[in-house]
Amino acid sequence: MTDLAVRPMALRRPDLSATRLRRRYAAERRFRFYGILAVAVAAGMLGLLLGSILYKGYSAFYRTEIALPVNFDPAVIDPAGTRDPAVIAAADYAKIARDSLNARFPDVSSRADRRALSQLLAAGTDLRLRAIAMKNPAIIGTTATVELAASDDVDMLMKGRISRAVGEADRTLTDKQLAWMDELEADGLVAYSLNTTFFTAGDSREPEEAGVLGAFIGSILTMLVTLALAFPLAVATAVYLEEFAPKNRWTDLIEVNINNLAAVPSIVFGLLGLAIFLGFFGLPRSAPVVGGLVLALMTLPTIIIATRASLKAVPPSIREAAYGVGASSLQVVTHHVVPLALPGILTGTIIGMARALGETAPLLMIGMVAFIVDVPKGFTDAATVLPVQVYLWADSPERGFVEKTSGAIIVLLVTLILMNGIAVFLRRRFERRW
Amino acid sequence: MKKHHPFAAALALALLGFACTAEARDEIRIVGSSTVFPFSTAVAEQFGKTGGFKTPVVESTGTGGGFKLFCAGAGEDTPDISNASRAIKASEVEACAQNGVTEITEVKIGYDGIVLANSKKHGQFALTVKQIWLALAKTVPVDGKLVPNPYQTWAGIDPSLPAEKIEVLGPPPTSGTRDAFVELVMDKGCEEFPEVAALEGDAKKETCQAIREDGAFIEAGENDNLIVQKLEANPKALGIFGYSFLEQNADKLQGSQMDGVAPTFETIADGSYEVSRPLFFYVKNAHVGVVPGVKEFVAEFMSEKAIGEEGYLADKGLIPMPDSERDEMISSAVALTPLSM
Repeated sequence: MTDLAVRPMALRRPDLSATRLRRRYAAERRFRFYGILAVAVAAGMLGLLLGSILYKGYSAFYRTEIALPVNFDPAVIDPAGTRDPAVIAAADYAKIARDSLNARFPDVSSRADRRALSQLLAAGTDLRLRAIAMKNPAIIGTTATVELAASDDVDMLMKGRISRAVGEADRTLTDKQLAWMDELEADGLVAYSLNTTFFTAGDSREPEEAGVLGAFIGSILTMLVTLALAFPLAVATAVYLEEFAPKNRWTDLIEVNINNLAAVPSIVFGLLGLAIFLGFFGLPRSAPVVGGLVLALMTLPTIIIATRASLKAVPPSIREAAYGVGASSLQVVTHHVVPLALPGILTGTIIGMARALGETAPLLMIGMVAFIVDVPKGFTDAATVLPVQVYLWADSPERGFVEKTSGAIIVLLVTLILMNGIAVFLRRRFERRW
Repeated sequence: MKKHHPFAAALALALLGFACTAEARDEIRIVGSSTVFPFSTAVAEQFGKTGGFKTPVVESTGTGGGFKLFCAGAGEDTPDISNASRAIKASEVEACAQNGVTEITEVKIGYDGIVLANSKKHGQFALTVKQIWLALAKTVPVDGKLVPNPYQTWAGIDPSLPAEKIEVLGPPPTSGTRDAFVELVMDKGCEEFPEVAALEGDAKKETCQAIREDGAFIEAGENDNLIVQKLEANPKALGIFGYSFLEQNADKLQGSQMDGVAPTFETIADGSYEVSRPLFFYVKNAHVGVVPGVKEFVAEFMSEKAIGEEGYLADKGLIPMPDSERDEMISSAVALTPLSM
């Protein structure tokens, strides 16, 4: 009974001294501090990235406009006076734009100077004037003040992205052009307004005419195909593997393969798409349907893994209770397990889709990294996607594309935030707690 | 039952996608060089805006990759035009012929200068091809023997150059710009050394063209804009890229003199700045009349308002051909005279 007393052993007594207590508290404080530091560093990096994109890109959303009295001269537009839409459409609106500038600066006479003067206006000015005349033929024969978009170089100058301090030879605008702009500005004719072209046009080689709509629609079409294929296939696969499939060597093999597939570099899916969809099935190049197919293959494993994890998280008691009241296996799955796992499935799907939305490498192989002006109208029209547009603009020499690149990144980020917002909303809606 | 609706709709959508793939192609497909890409796209946009045709789709695949696609066969699923920053190789013509692409028209559109530029915060470099070769070659002759490049500073090569570390940013070997740089500068520079000029065949090629890998030459990727940004941040470094990027960034960068000539529009056009190369596109004659607009596109590309001295391609940085050469080219291009093999 008194063994303990008889055989004294080296018992480790807890050190309850105040010093040690202080050390332990200090260790905990240090640990928390490291955690906060890590969060701060990550947030700082993100802030830096976002800050630089916003700083470079905010100016893509507005543009410089020059208000000019434009004389819609019937002698140029419609000499015969027929007001036939075909005649109005075919007229030389570039001349009308030039004439209105020449009228503002009557003392500019040499051919080279006039050419330099006409370069103040955007490359698409004639198309804008044409649209005005087509929409409202009554304007022909009158003089109306039209706010015309400035060319990319002028735009960059007014936004302060081209320095006036350097010599004339070192900038894309001449001293004369600067003087003309100063004169226009002094007259209060220069204004800034929302850059609608950026949201309503496809790609262009002129920065002032380039827009993200083509790429945005391309992204939407591609994502629709991806979602339509990947979501049902992945959910069906995951439900079968998790709820119905027997546990044997084959299902193990399939599981290992799915996990492996999730880590395969995306370019491999592009090569697969090139060989199978373009080579074997003969689907068209650069089409969103092929892009969607390739990205669906890439997204499948992500959604399968997320779906299986959320199916596993549904408590067995739910299944047992359903069986208990006489539900069939199918009813247990469709009425109880899948609806309860839906928040997790949706989160996984959105994560997979977000990754697919930002992907360029697999699209390179199937021809979606291309210069495409026309906004795609269907799943087989040539199209490109937002990240590809970012890449193409980043590689363009014109200074005006720098802000467009960041502007397109902002559009891409907002799209991603919206997608994630939907995911959060759906999760909140369907979430159940046990 | 409600659960089934999204699935059914999704499947229908997917099937719809497959169903409408059989229609004929009505827009021109262009592939090829990333150097010609800015010019080709400008013409494509203009062509789509003014003509009665759809805007051609232009892909930037690199010259070699472009020919691979172009030569894959004659038919709607292959491109109609391939851009190239070098002339087509005999092996590529052969590959084309094997796949049934026998008639190709070669069209030269103009010239592109390759520049070595640095930031304006630093003085301008005046280099010779000999000095550049000494700065960038993997092995150089010292006292009659080929040794791994010992030069670390520009002053080590020539006392007239600044006493600064050699740092050159350039494109990777997959780039057409790199091919042209090697051919126009490295190959010429090494000829100035009797030890290297005396070498034969592959040994000579290897000595002339191999670029050092000890950090003095930095492969900066295909994106020329990236090189421009890096040069701004590092005034002591030089960058190798196409003239159009120098022109657009003339407020920040300056081109180095090459054998006493600075790269400007005029010096490249008249040939006194020697580091320039011709740019081409190749047309598949079998597609003319099948894919609508091919002939009209060639005509637009070769028009005075595009490739002329004051054409819109000159604004984009293309160096136009001399008048006589241009007239000759226009007549053979518009007639679609096939390349003699």
